[in-house]
Amino acid sequence: MIASSLAVASRLVSGATVEWRCDPRARNQRIYFANHSSHLDFIVIWSALPPRLRASVRPVAGRDYWEQDRVRRYLAGRVFHAVLIERSTGVSTQSAAQAAVERMAREMGERDSLIVFPEGTRSVNGEVGPFKSGLYHLSRRRPDAELIPVHLENLNRILPKGECLPVPMLSRIVFGPPLATSASEEEEKDEFLSRARAALMQLRAIR
Amino acid sequence: MRLPADAMVLRLVGGVMALLLLASAIGWVLSRVVTDATARATVDNINARIRAWWVMALVFTVSLTTGALGSILLFTLISFLALREFVTLAPTTPGDHRALFWCFFIATPLEYFLIWIGWYGLFSILIPVYISIFVAIRIALAGDTTRFLERTATTQWGLMVCVYFVSYVPALLMLRIPGYEHHNAALIFFLVLVVQLSDVLQYVWGKSVGSRPIAPSISPNKTWEGFAGGILSATAIGTAIWWATPFAPLQAAVMAFVVTVMGFAGGLIMSAIKRDRGVKDYGTLIDGHGGVLDRIDSLCFAAPVFFHMTRFFFTP
Repeated sequence: MIASSLAVASRLVSGATVEWRCDPRARNQRIYFANHSSHLDFIVIWSALPPRLRASVRPVAGRDYWEQDRVRRYLAGRVFHAVLIERSTGVSTQSAAQAAVERMAREMGERDSLIVFPEGTRSVNGEVGPFKSGLYHLSRRRPDAELIPVHLENLNRILPKGECLPVPMLSRIVFGPPLATSASEEEEKDEFLSRARAALMQLRAIR
Repeated sequence: MRLPADAMVLRLVGGVMALLLLASAIGWVLSRVVTDATARATVDNINARIRAWWVMALVFTVSLTTGALGSILLFTLISFLALREFVTLAPTTPGDHRALFWCFFIATPLEYFLIWIGWYGLFSILIPVYISIFVAIRIALAGDTTRFLERTATTQWGLMVCVYFVSYVPALLMLRIPGYEHHNAALIFFLVLVVQLSDVLQYVWGKSVGSRPIAPSISPNKTWEGFAGGILSATAIGTAIWWATPFAPLQAAVMAFVVTVMGFAGGLIMSAIKRDRGVKDYGTLIDGHGGVLDRIDSLCFAAPVFFHMTRFFFTP
């Protein structure tokens, strides 16, 4: 109930046009990776999914943000079934990052899909920043899951970083075709990350 | 002898229904006979437009017949959606965020609230004076000077077109015209019907006999033939329904002529903005038509002129 009314509200605020370039109803496990520019990003992607899939598509989010108060804790835990991870701070240790990837892979289990934001943080101006290595390690750990690039447009203008009230503008979400599996077993990390980023950038509207 | 208000609206609604039935029938026949691929696409678009017209006519009629509140709420929503489409295309920066929030959630409802309470004096200057000043102040306070004048002017202009001009449609309910009390809903019907029919007829004339474009750099579809045919035939229809207005037949003809010409100008102006921003439509909400702003562009510019002409010549 809460979930579906939130989905309706987010659709009204974001006025999103949704475009699918892959099968929206496929039941296989997926990792949706998107550009990140607003607190609305996750819920907008989630509400664009077919209702039947929503229960099994879980966001990966920072524990520091989602455990700040009871409402957020409730939403993250009970409504979105978020996978909360420790965000690597400046002096991130290799092991913490590894543990986070391990958690994501484990939480997916046999059924669930994930929504991840490989830039790690929200972009200020709407440009897509460089990808952190998490996506690479996750894809290595779960080669069975389809990687779906998701491009979000205009959400940074609806609710920019640092603002708490949204301005209703129209946005656009494109779910791209699955990222091709790497040609060689030996694909370098950087090679993979730039390939993934390029696949995401390709979904931008041509103006 | 003037018809009772309900009978008047009923007749107009009946006329619109008959027109739409005719359009649907023609659309159905066209979809049966046309086989060529490109013509097929045009016919499909026409049929999508006709289906959307049914929905729009239904929503419009229902809100109009539920009284002042229904009309005011409908046009508040239209303004909101139009402003949203406008701002989406506008080159705003994060420095405009707070000002825009005020535009959507304070200025727009307030403008329509003033119509609801019938405060004409403030309604007519709220946005051009107070909100315009406020927007400039709020954007200045945000401290971002990049293209400051352009950004401020864009937001002010968006409010003028999408909210202020549009609000003149339900504002017709405020006019006290001697001998026409409680009939004002029919005046809204007259304006919207003539302007929208003019759009349709310009399209029909243009598609069938149009060859010389008026402003090829803005819109290749607007031709002199479409303009003349559309304006004249819509004016003729406006004259024919003079009985629904406080105007004599000749006065109705002049009014219809003026609003159709203003409507044409509105369409041209809003197309110029789209062309500059590199888009074909403002939105995708109305199937076959584009966005809300694509549908009401002509109404925006016709409504204030129609209102003030009626107010100047027909109220004491």
